[in-house]
Amino acid sequence: MTAVRCVDLCKTYRQGDQDIKALDHLSMEVEEGGFVCLSSPSGGGKTTLLNAIGGLDKPDSGEVYIAGERIDNLSKGNLAELRLHRIGFVFQAFNLIPVLSARENVEFVMQVQGVPASERREKSLEILEEVGLEGLEDRLPSEMSGGQQQRVAVARAIVSNPALVLADEPTANLDSKTADGLIDLFKHLNEHHGTTFIIATHDQRVMAYAKRLVRMLDGRIVEEIDQNAA
Amino acid sequence: MINTLRILTMLAWRNLWRNHRRTLIMLGAVVIGVWAMIFMTALTMGMVNDMIEDSISALPGHVQVHHPDYLDDPNITNLLPLPEEAIADRFRSAGFLAWATRIKVPAVLSSERESRGVTLLGIDPQREEAMSFVDYSAVEGRFLEGPDDAGIVIGRKLAETLETELGKRVVLMSQDPDNDIADRGFRVVGLFSADVQAYEEQYVFAGKKTVQDLLRVGDRVTSIVVLGDDYRDVEPVFAKVSALVDDGVTVSRWMEIDTYLGTMLRVMDGFVLVWVIVIFLALSFGLVNTLVMAVFERVREIGLMLALGMKPSGILGQIVIESMMLLVTGLTIGNLLAWATIKPLESGIDISVVAEGMAMMGAASVLYPQLRFEDVILANTVVLILGFFASLSPAWRASRFQPIEAITRVN
Ligand SMILES: Nc1ncnc2c1ncn2[C@@H]1O[C@H](COP(=O)(O)OP(=O)(O)OP(=O)(O)O)[C@@H](O)[C@H]1O
Ligand SMILES: [Mg+2]
Repeated sequence: MTAVRCVDLCKTYRQGDQDIKALDHLSMEVEEGGFVCLSSPSGGGKTTLLNAIGGLDKPDSGEVYIAGERIDNLSKGNLAELRLHRIGFVFQAFNLIPVLSARENVEFVMQVQGVPASERREKSLEILEEVGLEGLEDRLPSEMSGGQQQRVAVARAIVSNPALVLADEPTANLDSKTADGLIDLFKHLNEHHGTTFIIATHDQRVMAYAKRLVRMLDGRIVEEIDQNAA
Repeated sequence: MINTLRILTMLAWRNLWRNHRRTLIMLGAVVIGVWAMIFMTALTMGMVNDMIEDSISALPGHVQVHHPDYLDDPNITNLLPLPEEAIADRFRSAGFLAWATRIKVPAVLSSERESRGVTLLGIDPQREEAMSFVDYSAVEGRFLEGPDDAGIVIGRKLAETLETELGKRVVLMSQDPDNDIADRGFRVVGLFSADVQAYEEQYVFAGKKTVQDLLRVGDRVTSIVVLGDDYRDVEPVFAKVSALVDDGVTVSRWMEIDTYLGTMLRVMDGFVLVWVIVIFLALSFGLVNTLVMAVFERVREIGLMLALGMKPSGILGQIVIESMMLLVTGLTIGNLLAWATIKPLESGIDISVVAEGMAMMGAASVLYPQLRFEDVILANTVVLILGFFASLSPAWRASRFQPIEAITRVN
């Protein structure tokens, strides 16, 4: 089963009087249980691709399938539904709701999903401990370091066991020990729950773990390395 | 559903207190606005109530019965067809708060120096006690003692104008049904004063029997006057009276007899609504502005919530709930403040300083603010309902954000 299939995606942004091809006839397929790393120089189109896969941005042309279902033409409401129940997100730019504590941020998606309070609490405390934030559950984002905030975001993305996790630079801001911890966590979910990961990163440690490495440049895939054997 | 509502409420509440200063300023505006709505309404209603009750529980009563031509031409020829006894038989046991029969005709009253056109009221003083603007106990001299009292009671102001005084004789002149002059000398036995100065000049009181004899009308009268429980609710009384009298007479409500008062009541009710809405409009500018600013500051997190899969309706709900929380908090404090400031004033505010002018409008010199439940409800409902609609527009705009654009927006 393919978890994600992109067919001939194009996306052009206009900057001044210049057309920037953020995605240039890009096609890609990710198997269920895959662990893909996207890497590129800055501006290579990683974020644009993740947004298209997550139904956050419509490509100018091309098709996106999630678990066999075409999603690039779904309505807003259906896309929201899809993101809520099937995809975990770590965004590059902004991740936490400032008025909610670490635990409440982690619970947010579950709460919108309608998960009962006791179950939410249990899961969120457990995951926060796994990402090494026990004791900080009640801190507001403004009371945490960048790395701690990043870990809360990761915890939120994986806490409800989504089938697909799209993470944009999840290990930025992290020291190598914490980063390794997160990678182990991803690995564990990937191996034991079959969660599919697509991670945009510059981080060599993440790339080293990835089953498949996809290098992009100017919106195109320039190299794919299958590391499964390794 | 409940879960979503809970998180929306929590987010709304926390966001509300995120910018303390702005929220407190807006809250203050709501409190003062609501207080002003209720307080001013209470004063206005107190004033209106006073004027109307003074004027109508006084002379017109709530419902009157006349000869069909009498209202256009209040003339002694337009008598009611029924004799007094027959009227009494029907009205006695009908259970009205008060009722009376009268003769009310134009007349001229002359002292040895001056003459004035007046309205002569031939009354039975015992029957009229409940509905007269004249405070019997405050009459200088005495009031009439019965229907066949031979004296006359006039207003203090009229006495001044006629340059007469208590104990002096005056001549009352009118017409009988045959258009013959009917006149008679009376001794002034009492001088009344009224809150409404015009009354002191216009009305003179004599015994009903005495007037019937003078005008040679036997046991006939011009008017039946009935007082019900509430001047705002005359229809039951009107219906009851209509059932008691025969065809061929006209039954009228007080606002048809005193169209000026009736119009004033409507104008004042309208004024209250306009006042409430004007204050609200001022408030709503602040409210919408506050919400627009709040939304603008939170573009990125709104984008984030949408990106994570919250529906646009969730964003809309969040902003509307936040606005409602602000309003409800403001309303609660505003209502309490209004209550706390009106209660101590309910025993009356002395406005005699400005009363000279007010008396001409028919107002008393002590104002009793009236905190009416329906006015409080009106003010609160207006704020809540219109506030709801005012907050829809910023909330709607927030819910339409494109998640990715919003999330990457650099404030
Ligand atoms: N909203 C936008 N408007 C205009 N141009 C955009 C917009 N979003 C992205 N771009 C451009 O599209 C190209 C691809 O951007 P994208 O964010 O996908 O790159 P990236 O690989 O994620 O880069 P980084 O590593 O810096 O995060 C870039 O040249 C960027 O400037
Ligand atoms: Mg990027």
